Amino acid sequence: MKKNFYYLTLFLFFIFVFTVFYLGLNKPNSYKPNEPNDKNLTKFYSTELFLNDELYSYEIIKNNKYTLVNIWASWCAPCRLEHSLLMDLNEKTNINIIGLNYKDKKNNAIKFLSEFGNPFKKVLTDPDGTISISLGAYGVPETFLVNSKSKIIKKYIGPLKNDNILEIINITK
Amino acid sequence: MISSHIGYYSLIFGFVLSITLLVYSIFCFKKNNKKINQNIFSILFFQFFTVIISFISLIYSFVISDFSNETVYNNSHTTKPLFYKISGTWGNHEGSLLLWLLVLTLFIFLFIIFSKKQPAKYRLLSIFFQQIIICGFFLFLLSTSNPFNFLFPVPKEGLGLNPILQDPALAIHPPILYLGYVGSSIIFSASLASLVENNINNQWAAHIKKWILISWIFLTIGILLGSVWAYYELGWGGFWFWDPVENVSLMPWLCLTALLHTIIVLEKRSLLKSWTIVLSIATFTLSMSGTFLVRSGILNSVHTFANDPKRGIFILIFLFVLILLSLILFFIYQNKESNSQKKFFLISKETSILINNWFMMYFLSVIIIGTTYPIFLEVLVNEKISVGPPFFNKLLIPFLAIFLLFMSVGPKLNWIKDNFKEIKIIRIILFFICIFVSFYLIRNISSEILFSSVIGGAVLYLLFISIEDLIKKKYNFSQVISHFGFSLFILSILLNSLLSNEFSANMKIGQELSFEKNQIKFLNVKVLEKENYKSVIANFEIVDEQKKTTSLYPEIRIYNQPNILTSEADIITSIFTDKFIVINLLKGEEIFNVRYQTKPFMIWIWLSALLVSFGGMLSLIKRN
Repeated sequence: MKKNFYYLTLFLFFIFVFTVFYLGLNKPNSYKPNEPNDKNLTKFYSTELFLNDELYSYEIIKNNKYTLVNIWASWCAPCRLEHSLLMDLNEKTNINIIGLNYKDKKNNAIKFLSEFGNPFKKVLTDPDGTISISLGAYGVPETFLVNSKSKIIKKYIGPLKNDNILEIINITK
Repeated sequence: MISSHIGYYSLIFGFVLSITLLVYSIFCFKKNNKKINQNIFSILFFQFFTVIISFISLIYSFVISDFSNETVYNNSHTTKPLFYKISGTWGNHEGSLLLWLLVLTLFIFLFIIFSKKQPAKYRLLSIFFQQIIICGFFLFLLSTSNPFNFLFPVPKEGLGLNPILQDPALAIHPPILYLGYVGSSIIFSASLASLVENNINNQWAAHIKKWILISWIFLTIGILLGSVWAYYELGWGGFWFWDPVENVSLMPWLCLTALLHTIIVLEKRSLLKSWTIVLSIATFTLSMSGTFLVRSGILNSVHTFANDPKRGIFILIFLFVLILLSLILFFIYQNKESNSQKKFFLISKETSILINNWFMMYFLSVIIIGTTYPIFLEVLVNEKISVGPPFFNKLLIPFLAIFLLFMSVGPKLNWIKDNFKEIKIIRIILFFICIFVSFYLIRNISSEILFSSVIGGAVLYLLFISIEDLIKKKYNFSQVISHFGFSLFILSILLNSLLSNEFSANMKIGQELSFEKNQIKFLNVKVLEKENYKSVIANFEIVDEQKKTTSLYPEIRIYNQPNILTSEADIITSIFTDKFIVINLLKGEEIFNVRYQTKPFMIWIWLSALLVSFGGMLSLIKRN
């Protein structure tokens, strides 16, 4: 009796693992949170990656109708996936794309951009991750679409997908 | 065109043979003959032959750049050097699965040839279980990842092989790793067969140990090559990143290493029978999960190439069918085992091997959790995290020190029961001297003194003990070599991580900078046109403290197809230290980002890992 119980538990465990993997396979890599999008993007100061000068985030945002803030890191594998999409977006539209380099080494970030291309108008740095926390980011990659008043219009958690890009193009048209 | 046809139909033929073998082996099994029917050999050989034909036709399609074949179109290009055209065959999803299949059929053929002394029924069952796996792979290839899909109209040019895969180490890394993975499939089938036949005894252990050794050697070298590739090609100056794909190759290795030790207990003392079977099943299952995790795209990783959920689902179902099948067989037949409870004494060789197993299982579970936890978290609570090196380092390193100490004591103990009368005071003094020495050395160079010096001490102790054993020649020579290699390996990694140095700056041509008593000069840049890329070679000169000058030539390659930039580091290897320099273009300007690193004892890491597998080879040779 006791033995059967063990077998049953073991089989149930494997079925559980199977289900999780199965669901994991079908899961899209990006999803949108349900929270109301009426928040403003927190304003912050940060150092530019290439120029080393201190910038105020709102200064970059306010002069453009829309700005896409993309949190990324060279060590983050999904960022590599979405990077080509950002490059495309930068070529096709003239939307203001800003990178926020999350918990990264400067050299690795520069290497990453020189290897895969640089879609960003400005790359701000967030070496200890505090800025991303204050923005309410869950992790990397994460992308905010904000208007000139810094209001968050869309928020994408995880790597951007093709349909996300289309959506962004539609909104910013 | 024609070669794709040949390849495809011979695959189908192979699949038919596989079904035939499934039925025929059971038929022969029922007939209870003392000897195996000669037909089985012929069919096995034919099956191997069909897969090899199919594999050669794929290679041929790659060599002649036949872009009517979808796989070739996706992964090759006319301007690629011949060597990489050939290695491109297994550098992609479809081709690598075909290689899996090739090795699977090769191994079962060899297994049957080299197991003539074993009972016929056991061999037939091994064929049966192996054919289930082979059948699964045939189906997988033919249904979801056919390497011979046609493209029409025929494209003029291919898409090219990812340049970071165009590297000699990576060209042989997958085949060697697969030999290891697939070797574990033989162990899996053989243990299920001997479980059903109730054939788990000393003699079986001695016979299967060869196969365990073979796949262990290949797996070790395969992982080593992958790591060498990461070091030379990725250009980040590291050799292990705890990337999911690396973890996935380490998991079966840990399991196989545990099995390698357990099988000795089974051979010498007829103990731990069930445990041996569990480990055999687990090793192969982990190899398969590795394929699943890498090939399905469920994990995001730099190595993930295929992203087709249909493939993922196929492997997933196949994997769990195999797991369930083996578990059911295990539960049904495990009771047959004679419960002759031989006594386990606390201080004996078998206990120390058991302790080794516990550690292996601990390391294994840490890596499994670190690798799969993000998937579970995402599915269950919709949260995304990534688990990085700090997790693994924090959980693995403290236990490594204790593990090393057991490694130095265990092999010296006797079987059955050791009196342990002769606890030598000298040994204990030696141990404390080691701790003291490592503390003294590490004090000045590291902030994490406690961990580093404890590990350093344990490693030094193991090193001295194994050197002593080597000189005395009292113990098993191949085992001592492997353990010696392992201690050297950990020591090199420790010293490497403690003493590595990095300098980086943005430099113009002709610029000179000095850092920490060294000087770095950026002399010039040369641009060369190569077969399928443009190469920008810079020349640097480093003048070190002793006024010794070294010239280094890092390179940037601009590949034409696909259009990708790669940085080729220039690495000067000497016995004690590697000088590693890598450059990057900065936004099309004349300024380069230069990263110069000194990495001590790199070559020792490779050599000691080789030494570990060399121990395995010695043991294999000795057995024959």
